[in-house]
Amino acid sequence: MQVTLKILRFDPAKDQKPTWHTYQVEAEPWDRVLDLLHKVKWDQDGTLAFRRSCGHGICGSDAMLINGRNRLACKTLVKDLGNVITVEPIRGLPVEKDLIVDMEPFFAAYRAVKPYLINDEPPPARERLQSPEERERFDHGTKCILCASCTTSCPVFWVNGTYLGPAAIVQAHRFIFDSRDRGKRERFKALGSGSGVWRCRTAYNCTEACPREIPVTQLIEEVKRAILFDRF
Amino acid sequence: MAHRHEVIVVGAGGAGLATALYAAREGADVAVITKLYPTRSHTGAAQGGIGAALGNVEEDHWEWHMFDTVKGGDYLTDQDAAEVFAKEVIEAVLELEHMGLPFDRLPSGKIAQRRFGGHTKDWGKAPVHRAAHAADRTGHMILQTLYQQCVKHNITFYNEFHVTDVIVEDGVAKGLVAYELATGELHLFQAKAIVIASGGFGRIYKVTSNAYTLTGDLQAILYRKGLPLEDMEFYQFHPTGLYPLGILLTEGARGEGGILRNALGERFMERYAPTIKDLAPRDMVSRAMYLEVREGRGVGPKKDHVLLDLTHLPPEVIEKKLPDITEFSRIYLGVDPLKEPVPVMPTAHYAMGGVPTTLWGQVIRDENNTVVPGLYAAGEAACVSLHGANRLGTNSLGDLVVFGRRAGIHAARFAKDADYHELTEEHLGESRKRIEHLKNSTGKEKVAVLRAELQQSMMDHASVFRTGELLAKQVEILKELMDRYRNISIDDKGDAYNTELVEALELGYLLEVSEALVHSALNRTESRGAHAREDYPERDDANWLKHTLAYKVEDGKVTFRYKPVVLGRFEPKARTY
Repeated sequence: MQVTLKILRFDPAKDQKPTWHTYQVEAEPWDRVLDLLHKVKWDQDGTLAFRRSCGHGICGSDAMLINGRNRLACKTLVKDLGNVITVEPIRGLPVEKDLIVDMEPFFAAYRAVKPYLINDEPPPARERLQSPEERERFDHGTKCILCASCTTSCPVFWVNGTYLGPAAIVQAHRFIFDSRDRGKRERFKALGSGSGVWRCRTAYNCTEACPREIPVTQLIEEVKRAILFDRF
Repeated sequence: MAHRHEVIVVGAGGAGLATALYAAREGADVAVITKLYPTRSHTGAAQGGIGAALGNVEEDHWEWHMFDTVKGGDYLTDQDAAEVFAKEVIEAVLELEHMGLPFDRLPSGKIAQRRFGGHTKDWGKAPVHRAAHAADRTGHMILQTLYQQCVKHNITFYNEFHVTDVIVEDGVAKGLVAYELATGELHLFQAKAIVIASGGFGRIYKVTSNAYTLTGDLQAILYRKGLPLEDMEFYQFHPTGLYPLGILLTEGARGEGGILRNALGERFMERYAPTIKDLAPRDMVSRAMYLEVREGRGVGPKKDHVLLDLTHLPPEVIEKKLPDITEFSRIYLGVDPLKEPVPVMPTAHYAMGGVPTTLWGQVIRDENNTVVPGLYAAGEAACVSLHGANRLGTNSLGDLVVFGRRAGIHAARFAKDADYHELTEEHLGESRKRIEHLKNSTGKEKVAVLRAELQQSMMDHASVFRTGELLAKQVEILKELMDRYRNISIDDKGDAYNTELVEALELGYLLEVSEALVHSALNRTESRGAHAREDYPERDDANWLKHTLAYKVEDGKVTFRYKPVVLGRFEPKARTY
């Protein structure tokens, strides 16, 4: 089938602002959007810039706004989109070129929540024991691939880039609810601050955007409750 | 721009991050250069588990793990490496758990373990539960956990920097040159110790489980400099790639009870490996699948694949223990593994060969194990020869933590007593020339066209089965492709995020590693592990129980030296399961 691919492009060396470019691509229904981008880059215009790596939804490189929704280009098939497809960079992060955005603000928020196990007790000779139920408690957050789909779909983040954003909160959740962790109070400083969880307006965009089906909004709510109950 | 760090690691996959972390714990100033962002490395695609004789589910011993590794490697495995590995991987898994890795758990609270190909109890008698796992995203969890620890230790990251040169002068490693994707600027890095942990090169083949970015960059750079690549002829095809894309479906699916079937519905592995059937090592299963197809028992309109049947497993096992592969199958094929079998075919997966090293990750330059001071390698990019002629499933994740840790510790200690080397702008020259050539060329050849020809021809002539005739043909094709590569031109002349330039550089690396692989395969006139020569179907220990070191002379010309296999407690024997 013939697909019309409209890509919002921006070359910092030439352009004042992004402009739409249209390409005609021959595609199969089971092609990924990533395949179409490759067809443009490899056959029509080598200057098109986008990120990708694994090609099957587990590295998080190719989050983009596809037909108005944040998705991974490698996990979105032509058959689910029809024959006119629009592709734009994810929103709320500075565009560097075409579909490539500056990820540094995103990773700064990630680092701010101390996304690592905090436990100064000397570890046992064997593994720390954890029941299957305790392990299950934080399973959702462990699926996160840091693709930024959630954070860059969040209206609060678009308006205020200092908001930590859903992805960082998911990372915090993953440790707060890990029975082996002792660092929740340290994390609550950032999470309970003005740029933390209370900025969330429960818009559910993050949950809809997550390509890993993490119930992001629910996890944010659980972190809010954890902070509340910890305080009172 | 110039930078200096005591230890610089190239690559931010599991091996690179483990190396960086342990070097930092030794007190070194550590930086990591990665062409991606750290959590986007391909370790994240590893699914099934990390093998270690924890004995949490049933009796197990590191000696059994060592034996399985040596036998799985068709006795080309260096037994000193296998011994170090089988012992230390137990501690490494426990350390990962202490770092917070969310392994699945048994009711007792201990780490859960599942069965995997080639892992047995009692010296090959029956499959054993050895693979510690976190659903079917164990690699993802290892990558995330190691990166989390690197954040905790404030390790410096140079993200989206492509290494274009390793400076080795007077036999000593002195630094690196890297191209910054965001700006197009070349950077000079001074280091006391350099660790190559840049992963594999599955993109030489058309059907592969590997990321687009796995192009053998650093192997090719060192090979061009006259350093050897070891055992490149041994390239693993994973039996269950999702047909026709090649996306990996973990061996853990068979570990949980999945069965391979041909068009007649037969469990054909019963014929090839009666004791452990579908859990035979990957080289054997891949060959069996090809043979079934060749004998007309393939599935589908082209009769060119087989089926992975999970439909007899309890739905909760599939949903809980194999959620990711279930999703891949549903999304990419519209096949629900709960209800119908999944089409699969072998997919290019893992390089057993690479940059030769000692047990501490030191890169060696010859058969006498002469070390290149300051240069280290770990993970898939390296060849410590743990995997020999065929790697067992789960041993790559074990390899990268065990030998990443060792390389990190040794590099940090080496750096303590070493000095920085003087580097000048002139060291950028070679890289600058290469990039300017690609940007200014008016040649008519296109990167995508050449790459597609390379990948198809490697698939046709140098994949699961090989013959002297086909390999010789591929030698000629590679020579021609290398000639045409000189006439590559690109559209993008810009500096910011010139990803087309990067793809052009990567194609050069793909051609180099293909050359090393094909010449090594043509040279080895026997069948062993993943290297199956139809014109030499037998293993030939009298002549070939040795490692290949391939050296580049010029394009299309390769010379060889040989290193004895380190034998030990296990005598080479016929390999049956």
